[in-house]
Parts: sequence; C-alpha cells; structure tokens
Amino acid sequence: MVGKRKPKLAVWKFASCDGCQLCLLDCEDELLAVAGEIEIANFPEASHRVVKGPYDISFVEGSITTPHDAERIHKVRRASKFLVTIGACATAGGIQALRNFADVSEYTSIVYPSPEYIKTLNKSTPIADHVPVDFELRGCPINKYQLVEVLSAFLNGRKPNIPAYSVCMECKMRGIVCVMVARGIPCLGPVTQAGCGALCPSYDRGCYGCFGPKETPNTSALGEAWKRLNVEDRDIVRAFRGVNAYAEPFRKASEAYEK
Amino acid sequence: MTKRQENIAVLESEGLGYLVQALIDKGYEVLGPRIKDGAVTYDQIETVRDLPIGWTDRQEPGSYRLVKSGKKTYFDYAVGPHSWKKYLHPPETRLWEARRDEQGFTVIEPERETAKKALLGVRPCELQALAIQDTVFTGGPYLAPGYQERRSNLFIVAVNCVRPGGTCFCASMKTGPKATSGFDLALTEILESGRHYFVVEVGSASGEELLSDLPTKVADDAEKEAAAKAMERATAKMGRELDTKGIRELLYKCFDDPHWQTVADRCFSCGNCTMVCPTCFCVNVEDGTDLSGQQAERWSRWDSCFTRDFSYIHGGSIRFTVKARYRQWMTHKLAYWLDQFGTLGCVGCGRCITWCPAGIDITEEVRALRDKEQSEKVQSV
Repeated sequence: MVGKRKPKLAVWKFASCDGCQLCLLDCEDELLAVAGEIEIANFPEASHRVVKGPYDISFVEGSITTPHDAERIHKVRRASKFLVTIGACATAGGIQALRNFADVSEYTSIVYPSPEYIKTLNKSTPIADHVPVDFELRGCPINKYQLVEVLSAFLNGRKPNIPAYSVCMECKMRGIVCVMVARGIPCLGPVTQAGCGALCPSYDRGCYGCFGPKETPNTSALGEAWKRLNVEDRDIVRAFRGVNAYAEPFRKASEAYEK
Repeated sequence: MTKRQENIAVLESEGLGYLVQALIDKGYEVLGPRIKDGAVTYDQIETVRDLPIGWTDRQEPGSYRLVKSGKKTYFDYAVGPHSWKKYLHPPETRLWEARRDEQGFTVIEPERETAKKALLGVRPCELQALAIQDTVFTGGPYLAPGYQERRSNLFIVAVNCVRPGGTCFCASMKTGPKATSGFDLALTEILESGRHYFVVEVGSASGEELLSDLPTKVADDAEKEAAAKAMERATAKMGRELDTKGIRELLYKCFDDPHWQTVADRCFSCGNCTMVCPTCFCVNVEDGTDLSGQQAERWSRWDSCFTRDFSYIHGGSIRFTVKARYRQWMTHKLAYWLDQFGTLGCVGCGRCITWCPAGIDITEEVRALRDKEQSEKVQSV
C-alpha cells in the first residue's frame, strides 16, 4: 500500500450514550494499527482536529430522535462513501425507542421544567430508516473485535466475518452449559444474534438480547418456552423491550404479549 | 482376541485411582467427566476426586438437572452437553496463515497437535460417534487437517451405561448400552450389596498393557453375571425409542409432508442440536486479514445447517425457511447419511432432545411422521 492515500475515517454521534464510539478507543492493542492504516479525520471524541470530508468510511452511532438529526444524517450520508452504523441505537433505535410505545409529550412534560423548549420526534428510529446503510454492526455496546474486523474487511476489500446466527452457537462453541436447559433461567439467546461471545450466559445469566434479533428469530416460540418456565406475560414484554425494543421481531413479540 | 475376551478382569473401586494415575504416568492428559455449571461436562481429570461422585441427572426434552444420588458411584450419569468431538474436531482451528513478503507471500502451516490424550468415561453411543466421525474425516480421499493426528494419540476408557438417561435411545440405534468395540478398556461399574467394583474388558494391546499394571483379578462368574444383568436392566430402562425400520424410505416419502411446518413453528433454528450432536461435523471456512493486509488467516469454525448462511449460494440462502433447515438436519441424520457414509448419523445419545431449548424430540418427530404415513396407508386401502 506504499504511496497510497490512507482512507479517511469519520465517527458521527446521534442520540446515544457514546459507549460504541468508546469501543474504538478501547481497541488498545489494535488502535495503533488502526491509526497506521487509516486517517482518523473526524472523531470529536478522540481529537479536536477535524479534516474536511468526504470520508471513505463513516461510523454512525446513535438513533434519530430530533428534527435536526433527521436532516443532519442526510449530510453525513452525502459526505460518506461507506457508511456503517454501530450499536443498538443506530441499528434499532436504542433504549430511547421505548418512547415509540408511549406518548413522548407526556415524557417531556414530566422530565423537563420547560418542555416547550424541547424539539423532539415522536419516535426514535434507526439510521437505516432515513438513509441507505452499507453495513450494520450490532450490539450494546458493539464488540471491539467485530469493529476491527469490519475495518480490516473494508481496508482489504472483503466481506466481514460477522455471523448472523444465534448466541447459542457462541455458547456451545465456548462449552458454556445452557442456562435455560440446565437451570431454567429465561434466556433470549435462541433469538438473539451472536457477537458478544455469550457474555451473560458465561456468568450464569440469561441473554438480554443486546445484539438484537438473529436471522429468522422465532420469538413467539421463545415466548412460549419462557411461559413453560413460569415467566409471566408482562415479564416477556419487558425482556423484549430492552435496547433493541424497536427491532421489528422484538417489537412484534412484545406487542403480542402485551395484549 | 479370544484370549482377551476370556480375560475379563475385576478392578475394585479403589483401583480406579490407580488407573487414572497409570495413564498420567504414561504421559496422557486424562480427560473425563466433571461437574461444571450445573452439568456433567468433559474436562481435564487429575484425580478420581474430580469425577462426579454421587451425582446423577434427570433429563427431559429441553431440561437437564443434576441430582444427588447419595451413592458413591463415579459414572451414574447419562451424557451431558459436551461431547468428545470438542477435542477431536475443535470448535475452531486455524488451517493456515500467510504473510506478505518480497517474493509475494509465504504460507505458514499450523503446528499439529500431538499431545497424548486419554478419554475416561466414553459411553458406547459416543464410541459409535467417534467411529462415524472417523469415516467422515478420514474415510474418503481427502483427510480433515489434524484429525488423524489427534485421533491416533488417544487412549479410550469406555464406561458402559448402567443407568440410561431420560432422553437416551441407544438401544434403538444399536449403539449401546454396552460397548462392543473401539475402546482400549471398557468398564462396567457395579455397586451391589455394599460392594463397589468395575468389571473390565480389554479391547486392545495397549489396554492390556495398562491393565497389567493395575491391581486386578480375573472376574468370576458371579461378577460377570452382575455386569451382564446390569446391561439387561439398562436396555429395559431406555428413556426413549426410535423405530429405524425403513427410516430412509419413510423420510424420503415424507419430504413434502406438512408436519415439517409444525416442527418449524416450535424450532428456534438456534443450532443447539447440531452443536451438542457428537456426529455433526459441519464447519464454515473463514478467511480473514489483519488491518494492514500483511497477514491472512484461514479458520475452520463449527457451523450448523440451522443457520441461514450455511446454505448461502450465490445471492441467497437455499434453505431460507426453518422448515427446510429442520428437514435437512433430520433427513441427513436418518436417511442421507446412509447413502453418504453407509450408517445412520444418529447414535441415540439424546443430547439434541435434552439441549433443545424448545424441547423438540427427534424420536417424537419420527413417530409423528410414521403415524401419519401409516394412517394414510390405511385410508388408501
């Protein structure tokens, strides 16, 4: 790659907690290698120095929750050759999408002393609802190794190895004993996409669904399996209404058990 | 061979410690059953105290619980979520790596595993699973990288099943409860009228050699009889049954049966059944690079026919529906496998039943298809 211009990277923030951006800074060992291969051109969390666009690759964190952001995302898209959304907010609307199941004006009237100053949308929506997205990286937060994999794949012109299968596959490959079968702990693993390395089951907890629905998730069958473990409908609703509440299969499942 | 069959030995329960130590002294890493996270799993064994003494289990579709038996038995459990394939066909293996250099690139072969491993507590169904994987990985013109090396350095101590689990059906598959071949030593654990001992059969020269170092005696008729009776009782206590008569024809006939959809309605396509199955061998081969593009690696990782990407061919998955994926898995196990490898791909261990979070039971699904087929036959007469 001698003599070749380094690709320019930009990191953008929308409605989010910044945790996914921090995963890039958290790359530690890989961070120098990343900086060696790409120019970090626009990443306010890391540096005040901003290099003008267009950018070869953009990471977009956060969901769209305000009229201003609904416009800004189009500018980001225009300035980005390859746009990757990172995290549950950007890919599914995040925890703030709980407003989508309620009346947001009621929320603002309770939270803010002068709600008339708040300009917010009725719904928190993923980036892909507004602009075309080239790749979605799931997780709350994202997995830094998956982030480096997406970057490596982009830099080398190949497809990233990011499986869309269940958390169960990771659990079994790590030799973790199934918490649902061996202990009767309700777990979202069978309908959730892998990527975390089966973190919660490895600590004797059920999966919380941070990486969102896997490919072809059978949420209604999982709900029934949870009921056999004596989980009540309202708790099934709560489980599906986590950080990926507005991802369609989880949304439909929570709505089905709300009735 | 006749000499060995006659030479059935008895090892008192206290002698099991000598067996473990003898294997360690011969340079084997001993792997066997250990309690971990609420189940009997396979891991390194340093002394007999690591074994699940006094533990048994209760298994049903989608449910597994360890239960204290109050007895001093070592092997009174049925198979757990792990299988020996994790050692012989590891979940992930680096096949090779390549580094860029002035000439282009250099390929670096990975170091092959040569450590001697002793597997303690291999169940008869698992011996058949090993035999099946041998055929898959080494039976054809192309050998799976590293498998032969890992396989040839094994010492196998089989343990016959005196207490089958709730989801076991090895008697139907004719793979158990008694080991007939594929072991170095085979033990039957007997605890009767206060006496605790093992009836030991020898299956190989290295088994015979190891046994000669242990404090054994020749089994008398009463002891042989006790072992034979234990096997009879185990056969009668199978948790489940699977009628294999004409199974290939049955499944081929049922290819378009609407019953597959009723299974798909319950199935998560999570892949658990294939991960715990001791014969499932499918892998995904992944190519990766580092950030700089100076190094590339090719990895083999366990995959499952229950994932959408497993059947991805030019532009899409050819088994997009869960119905098609479940049908593929079961029809492969019980029909295509016969055409492909000459045996059934199922050994009756029951893992796919117990460890299915939805509790789908392969024996029930075969029965359902068979019943439908029968009733259709009756109607057409």
